[in-house]
Formats: sequence, C-alpha cells, structure tokens
Amino acid sequence: MANSGQEALVDLRQVRFAYGDREILSGIDLTVHRGQVVAIMGGSGCGKTTLLRLIGGQLKASAGTVQVAGQDIGGLNTAQLYALRRRMGMLFQFGALFTDMSVFDNVAFPLREHARLPDAMLRDLVLMKLQAVGLRGGHALMPSELSGGMARRVALARAIALDPMLIMYDEPFAGLDPISLGVVGQLIRRLNDALGAASIMVTHDVSESLSIVDYVYFVSDGRIVAKGTPDEIRASKDDFVHQFVNAEPDGPVPFHMKAAPIGEMLMGEVKR
Amino acid sequence: MIRKLGAMVIDGVWRLGFASRFLFLLLRYSGQSFLRLHLTLREIYFSGVLSLLIILVSGLFVGLVLGLQGYETLQRYGSSEALGVLVALSLTRELGPVVAGLLFASRAGSAVTAEIGLMKVTEQLKAMDMMAVNPIARVAAPRFWGGVISMPILAALFSAMGILGGWLIGVAFIGVDDGAFWSQMQAAVDIRYDILNGVIKSFVFGVAVSLIAVFEGYDCVPTAEGVSRAITRTVVSSALAILALDFVLTSFMFRG
Amino acid sequence: MSRSTIDLWVGIFVLMGCAAILFLALKVGNLSASSFAENYTVEANFSNIGGLKVRAPVKVAGVVVGRVSDIRYDNERFEAVVSLTLDSRYSFPRDTIGEILTSGLLGEQYVGLEPGGDERSLKAGDSLKITQSAVVLEKLIGQFLFNKAADAPQQ
Repeated sequence: MANSGQEALVDLRQVRFAYGDREILSGIDLTVHRGQVVAIMGGSGCGKTTLLRLIGGQLKASAGTVQVAGQDIGGLNTAQLYALRRRMGMLFQFGALFTDMSVFDNVAFPLREHARLPDAMLRDLVLMKLQAVGLRGGHALMPSELSGGMARRVALARAIALDPMLIMYDEPFAGLDPISLGVVGQLIRRLNDALGAASIMVTHDVSESLSIVDYVYFVSDGRIVAKGTPDEIRASKDDFVHQFVNAEPDGPVPFHMKAAPIGEMLMGEVKR
Repeated sequence: MIRKLGAMVIDGVWRLGFASRFLFLLLRYSGQSFLRLHLTLREIYFSGVLSLLIILVSGLFVGLVLGLQGYETLQRYGSSEALGVLVALSLTRELGPVVAGLLFASRAGSAVTAEIGLMKVTEQLKAMDMMAVNPIARVAAPRFWGGVISMPILAALFSAMGILGGWLIGVAFIGVDDGAFWSQMQAAVDIRYDILNGVIKSFVFGVAVSLIAVFEGYDCVPTAEGVSRAITRTVVSSALAILALDFVLTSFMFRG
Repeated sequence: MSRSTIDLWVGIFVLMGCAAILFLALKVGNLSASSFAENYTVEANFSNIGGLKVRAPVKVAGVVVGRVSDIRYDNERFEAVVSLTLDSRYSFPRDTIGEILTSGLLGEQYVGLEPGGDERSLKAGDSLKITQSAVVLEKLIGQFLFNKAADAPQQ
C-alpha cells in the first residue's frame, strides 16, 4: 500500500453489509491514508456507494469494523457522529445544493451552523472557498441558474468549507462535459493536497481517475477483486481489471443477463 | 379484495405509529425552531401569510352563503332576527376551524410536503445530515411550528370574515335589523363555550395537519412519483383527520 | 425574500389574527357580560327544576343579573339545589322569591327573581326562602283535566 508511513484515516476490516437478505458487501478490507486520493471503481450496483455510506456513518455495517480517524463509526451516538462528520466533507452525485439559498449561502451554510464567525470573516472565507473552485463571480446566483458542472463545483466548495480531513465524492464525474471533467478532476487533486486531507472517490470514469489518484480499489459482487496504484492497474493481467480498464463488453462481467438457453425460449413460443 | 382492505388498514395503523414517533422527534428537536426564531418566522410566512387570500375570500363567501341560506330558512318561522346567531355559532363552533383547516391542508400542507419531498429527492436532506446538521431540527420542526401557529390565526380570521359576510348579506342586502343581528348574536355566543372551543379545535387541527404534512414529506419515496403520492396523502389524510378530530372534540365540548 | 420583509408580514399576520379574535370576543361574544365582573353566589331549592340547565340566565324584571352556576340534588331533603351566581352590583332583599320560568312559549328555562320587601339583603351563601318550581306540562294537563272533572258534575 502506498504512503504506509502516514496515519490511516479510514480503515475497513472484513466489512459485510446486507440489505434484508441480500448481501451487498462480503468481506471488504480497505485503507485510506492521510494525503491520499483513493478511487473505488466497479460496475453499477456492485456496492461502491454503499461503501461511501458506511464510511460516512449513514449505514451500519452488519459485520466487521469501519474506523474513521481512529473511531469505530458504527458505535458512535448521534452527538459523536455529528462531531466526526464536521471533519468530513461529502460531494453528492448531483451536488445536492439547497435550492432555496444562493450559492453564497450554500457555501456559508456549514460555517454558519458550526462556527461562530463575525460577518466579515465569514464573507471572506466563503469567497475564498468559491475562489478555490473558480466560481467567486457567481456567488449571488441561485442553484437553478447553474449548469451541472458549476453546481458540482459549488457543492465541492461547500464540502470543503470547514477544511475537512476526509472528503468523499459520489460519482463526481457523472454527466459532465470533457472540460468540466478535467476541471473537477484537477480540483479534487489540488484541494486534497492543499488541505492535507484524504479523498475517496466512487466513480466509473477510468481515464480521468487514473490520472489523479494514488490508489485504486476494484469492487465486484461485494468483494475487492483488484487493488493497486494506477500504473499497477494499467499493467494488470487480471481479467476483470482488464475488461474494466479497456471497456470490453464481455468478460468476467457478462454481457448476457442470466436466462434460459435461447433455443428453449424460441421452441416454447413456436409450440404456442 | 378483503385482503387488500386489511392490508390497507394495517398499513394505516403502522403509519400512525410512525407518525407518532415522528411527532415525538419533532418536539424533541424543536429547540432550534425557537432559539433561531427566523427559521420559524419564515415558515409562518409561507404557511400562514400566503394562505391569507384563500382564507379571507373563502370565509367571506361561506358567510355570504350562510347568511342567504340561513335567512331563507329562518324567515319561514319568523325568526329572521336570529340570523346573526345562526351565522356566528356555525362559524365559531364548526365551520371556522374545519373549513379553514381543510383549506390550510390543501394549500399550505401540500406545499410543505412538496418542499420536503423534493429536498429528499435531490438528496438535500442527506447532504444536511452529512454536514452534521439535523434535518429534523432544521427543516421539519420549523415547518411544523409554522403550521401550528398559523392555523388558529387563520381559523379566527375565517370566522370573522364569515360573520362579516353574513352581516353583509343579511343586514346590508336583505334588510335584517342591524341591532337585532348583533345583540342576539352577543346574547347567544359565549366566549368560553363557543369561541374558545373553536380556538382549541383550530389548534388541534393545526397540530394534526402540520404533523401529517411534514411527516409525509419526510417519509416519501424519493422519486417524482413518490412525492406526488405523498402530497395526495397529505391532503386526504389531513381532511380525514380534521373531520374525525372534529367529531371527537365536538362530542367532548358540546355535550348538551 | 429578505428577512425584514418576512418579519414585517408575519407581524401583520399575527396582528390580524389578534384583531380577529378580539372582534370575535367583543362584538360577537358576550365578553362585556359579567363573566369577569365580581359576583356572589346564593342558593335556591326547588322541588322540580324542569328543563333548567347550568349557565341559564338569572333575570330580574327581564334583565340578566347572573347565571346558574351549579345544579345538585340534595338526597336528604329530596330537593334540587340550584346555585345562582349574581353580579355584585345588585343586591336583593332576603325574602326574594325565585321562580323557574320559560322564555317565550317553548323557549329555554331561566330563573326569575321577584324582589321582596325585607330591608336586609341576600349575602353570599344565603338561601332563597321561597321558590316556585318549574311548570311541568304533564302536571298542568293533569290539573286541567282534574278541574274539568270537578266542574262537570256541578253543571
């Protein structure tokens, strides 16, 4: 694992998660160190977003431990959980900006709720965060007036408002044009380094992620099937990784959904 | 068919339990609503002030109709001077709280459900939760109290407008004696018995409607269809709750 | 929507509500009546109160001077005990008569007081000495038939 000298900010050991009787995650071991940008990749519905939710404390693991900053997040009460969450930032898939507030108020929200700051200082801080994502000029706009990429950048500014130690991204590149894609990717890397934080990205986008992350975990069917640095991943001989990275339609992740043999189905229809 | 009915009843009871637990949570996290009063004031504006138009106009029309129908019937028995009594008692005891409650549920209740439901769909509530801000305290409770505070005010305004409407039709248009209208009314309407009971009713309705509106929004399925179904449930459940509670309260308050 | 505008509108809204409630209380209800005035309570025993209810008015010369505040049954004297709460502005002689009358032909029943001539006044807790019970329709008819029967043989 890269950067083993640094403290492990997020540590998952043998984590299982089941929804009813459907097991989504079966035995996940995952570590993220401070200063790292880590990508969690995999096909749709493989449990990557569930992992994020477990780390954020929105879900409780059925078995195993989820440690964040040395604390077992599953065992915290509400007050402790909220205290820990103040040191985390999360970027939701479509931004999840508060639609009844302006861009400025959205970014100021965590500051107003958790920090007692004089107005002038608050204003400076908010504008600086917006400057970091390149949207200081749009501080008076309402979320409905923003494009998808801009909304996501504002949400990013909001996520880093309290200078978190851990930033989580749920599909940060989904639905973006190439330019915005590049911008967001660069921002994720630069902000992580500037804050000295750890970042976890859940994504499908292979090319953009591999160019900015330090480490990659591949999840399929609830387990980690591959992990490594971007170079290791690109050079991997593993079938699944190969199929994913090269976007092949068929391989370990099959093209056809499970069904009866086609001959059977056709014969059945003819009989009728 | 019977099984479906049974399932509906069981679902209803289950939701009732859910809603009661939600009420408890709302009350528990209500501190913010009053410490940061501007949150609640904003909701009083959106629920109460913006309902003024429909309440005042409806109140006026209900009063006008009451006056017309009441006069038509009373004058057959030579008691047209009791018009004021008829209008005032109908409004303060029943029509004021109930009709205002129904209108409030349709206008403000559905708006609150829609707002909270859409926040759920766009993950704003989850985002708030991840930012260590309790969404019940910040989003749900202020809207609940906004509704509870607005309802009695709206009901009183409805009754007042209705009485004016009755006066308008009865005295100004038809010609019932002005003095008799008011004096008989004053003799028959008791402040504690009729008016206060009406206020209590409107307060209870306010709690019920606000709770249902906030709960349905918070609990909805986070899709467009889910929100629309939640809004429908708010209006329907509120209406049923108002009418059922009205019966219960009336039987307590107005026992011969 | 700026905060100050919202505050203004909410303030107007609450004021309107208070005004409506005030209007209802004063113009519509009977707030000016003696609900808050000082009063004292006297008692009256009746052998039959008929349809008298609590909160029924107590009238003298047709003017409301108080309300019936309580109706009980005295198991020892086998009579109804009615508590009358009277406005302190008015005092009545000790030998005032209390009657149960009906307003109009089929209206509600109320307590009428006929002042007597005693110089001493009724005080709180006193009891009316002479009372006339309510007229019960059946007894009236029975009496009428009895009188008719008594007249008939004479003709």
